Amino acid sequence: MDYSDRSRQKIGIQRIEQDRARFRGIVRGRIRKNLKKYISQGELIGKKGKDLVTIPIPQVDIPHFRFGQQQMGGVGQGDGEVGDSLGQGPQQPGQGQAGDTPGEHQLEVEVSLDELAEILGEELELPKIEPKGKSRIETSKERYTGIKRTGPESLRHFKRTFKAALRRQLSVGDYNPDDPLILPVQEDKRYRSWKIEAMPESNAVIIYMMDVSGSMGEEQKEIVRIESFWIDTWLRSQYKGIVTRYVIHDATAKEVDRHTFFHTRESGGTMISSAYKLCAEMIEAEYPAAEWNIYPFHFSDGDNWSVDDTTLCMQLLNERILPNSNMFCYGQVESPYGSGQFIKDLREHFHATDEVVTSEIKNKDAIMGSIKDFLGKGK
Amino acid sequence: MAGLPRDLWKAQEQIRGYAADYGLDFFETIFVLVDYQKMNEIAAYGGYPTRYPHWRFGMEYERLSKSYAYGLHKIYEMVINNDPCYAYLLEGNNFVDQKMVMAHVYGHCDFFKNNFWFSSTNRKMMDEMANHAARIQSYVDKHGHEEVEEFIDVCLSLDNLIDYHAPFIKRQREATDDEGAPAPEVPKIKAKSYMDEYINPKEFIDAQKKKLEEEAAKKKRFPEEPVHDVMSFLLQHAPLERWQRTTLSIIREEAYYFAPQMMTKIMNEGWASYWHSTIMTQKALQASEVIDYADHHSGTMASSPGQLNPYKVGIELFRDIEERWNTGKFGPEWEQCGSLVERENWDRRLGLGREKIFEVRRIYNDITFLDTFLTPEFCIEHKLFTFDFNKKSNNWEIASREFRKIKDKLLASLTNFGQPYIYVEDGNYENRGELLLAHRHEGVDLRLDYARDVMKNIQILWKRPVNLRTTVDSKHKLLTHDGHKFTDRTVPN
Repeated sequence: MDYSDRSRQKIGIQRIEQDRARFRGIVRGRIRKNLKKYISQGELIGKKGKDLVTIPIPQVDIPHFRFGQQQMGGVGQGDGEVGDSLGQGPQQPGQGQAGDTPGEHQLEVEVSLDELAEILGEELELPKIEPKGKSRIETSKERYTGIKRTGPESLRHFKRTFKAALRRQLSVGDYNPDDPLILPVQEDKRYRSWKIEAMPESNAVIIYMMDVSGSMGEEQKEIVRIESFWIDTWLRSQYKGIVTRYVIHDATAKEVDRHTFFHTRESGGTMISSAYKLCAEMIEAEYPAAEWNIYPFHFSDGDNWSVDDTTLCMQLLNERILPNSNMFCYGQVESPYGSGQFIKDLREHFHATDEVVTSEIKNKDAIMGSIKDFLGKGK
Repeated sequence: MAGLPRDLWKAQEQIRGYAADYGLDFFETIFVLVDYQKMNEIAAYGGYPTRYPHWRFGMEYERLSKSYAYGLHKIYEMVINNDPCYAYLLEGNNFVDQKMVMAHVYGHCDFFKNNFWFSSTNRKMMDEMANHAARIQSYVDKHGHEEVEEFIDVCLSLDNLIDYHAPFIKRQREATDDEGAPAPEVPKIKAKSYMDEYINPKEFIDAQKKKLEEEAAKKKRFPEEPVHDVMSFLLQHAPLERWQRTTLSIIREEAYYFAPQMMTKIMNEGWASYWHSTIMTQKALQASEVIDYADHHSGTMASSPGQLNPYKVGIELFRDIEERWNTGKFGPEWEQCGSLVERENWDRRLGLGREKIFEVRRIYNDITFLDTFLTPEFCIEHKLFTFDFNKKSNNWEIASREFRKIKDKLLASLTNFGQPYIYVEDGNYENRGELLLAHRHEGVDLRLDYARDVMKNIQILWKRPVNLRTTVDSKHKLLTHDGHKFTDRTVPN
């Protein structure tokens, strides 16, 4: 390799890095804002298979005159009858494009959740979380996992035993529908059996709180759903066992299961303090701060009922939540109805505190940035 | 760059010898060994070490690097059409893979050199690309990154509006100076005077006159004939600054350079695959390498249901042609033979196969290749089908296995690269200096949001409003972009 070649190569590398930096700038919306709309981001996550997910890599598409896809179709190769399905729309299967032009396809990567967390960590340059608390203890616990034919009478499984007896009587012809008398004999009897399982001591808890007042629409919830999925994925990769709790609130707060969390729509006023109060109670009752890593997340559109309530919120945070938590994260979703005041109040109150992280999530594309805001601190 | 390590160099010598013995005729080929980073970079640049600065290369690089990092795919081979040919080998690949790549590359090089559709490409493109890069870099230095890149984006959104056949046909008539020439005489068919009345009746003379008038009217039109090469039309007639004009012409030139590769994708890959498989299995393969070779080869040939693998279709068609010309399964005698048994055992022992495929690689492109050589038997044997979108079930479904339909769909998807036909119809529309484009509707509507944005881009070049005549949902529409807003209205045909 002579000198000129070497220098050319060096320039080459610089060039591609320069192009790459510009591309990233476009994706992050820092430069060339007019191209923003061509970024194919799609859903951040799509479940595929059991625990495989796809993460699309953003691509910017330069507009060309081209055909509307749905009418096109094409030619393929392989087995199958006429009418057999090749895949759900609207993405056209296959049809690789060659040459210099960037194709219309969007690259999808299938990865497992563990890999996903790793990639997420890499992409967002998330630091490894330093867990606090002494107990990464594994405790053992008995769990009823199966059925056996022998066991103590106290563990007899009544339904299974009944079914077995019924089946036996039917097959030998002892069963009389007019006089349905079932008499289990010893061989019909079924007993619960258990296994001793090593249970990792859960030492992280995420408490999700969401404002479900009238102003939070479907789109806002979708953002919360995606964001909490990613946060969940990341924290799960960092802690062995993790507990998630869900709280919804309008003017009052209550704990709900995951499904309800994402699907309810209440309407009514908003008293954020109600949620914080419930959260504080939960922590105090169940999660001693010395042993638990506690992550309260609150999502809202920033509309609170009154200034008094906001003051109460700050007080609750200061006195009861923050001292016990690793950090407190507040994500404000943009909504056409909300005033968006709450985030300003929070920032004003806690500008000197690292433990409070706030993030505004304008739209789906802002989710990644917001996750980075939340988790980039490594607490 | 550094020469190849000794073992690879020896392998190259050997394989080049085999390739030449088989009659392949290629430019000198320079192999360069690169690591995956460099490989991704060069691939992002479309095979060239230097290109002008543009974000899309960065995007491609990112995509390639990521899918390499996540273990989704890696690029084994890359070769560029240039004299000498440059080909890249990925450092750390199996020795047998490197040999296979070399054999494959010689196939490509032979194709580049001999296929007619490549005959008008610039064989010093390596230098040309570097020149383009330097030129645009100088504009960037002068006018700023934002401005130049934004302009390049505008040009790129038009880079499919070229006339793929232009290098081979003279589209425009020579301009003649007919000032002061006598008014053209109405052409008549020569006849003896007593027959004239019958041979050139009044209706005929009138028709001829009308034709002449139409011709004259046409000359007043601008452009005289519809122009398929929209880029060239804009280059000649749009009010552009000098650097913009040069930039546009660079993008256009590169589009023309890459066009033959798209026009011959199936053939080119098929031909290269045919030769790597022939050279490897007949000459170059060691016994210990068979498994690795078979694994890699079958990976290249794999196809998934919704996708037609050009490597696979190409190689199988070449083999099919070779077999047919070896056994004489062509010509009227074969066509007319109705007996299945006879067809099954048909063998005229002509041995013309090799010769035929060399001829095919010289004069065909994908469209004529499939049009001529795709047979019903081939479709059945290779399980080809057409698929369509079923709106009811929101599914892509297998639509048909009929030969005619498969062929039609294939040809339609290749014609104009499966892209809509757009041409300049009027450069002075409504006598207001507006641009009128027309879309030759062939059953499929345009994607409207994109069409709008492209029109906006053309407007940036043309400065005056841009119109597009097309058909949407079976209604004739005139779309207009005047630089500020977009309007569309339904027009009578």
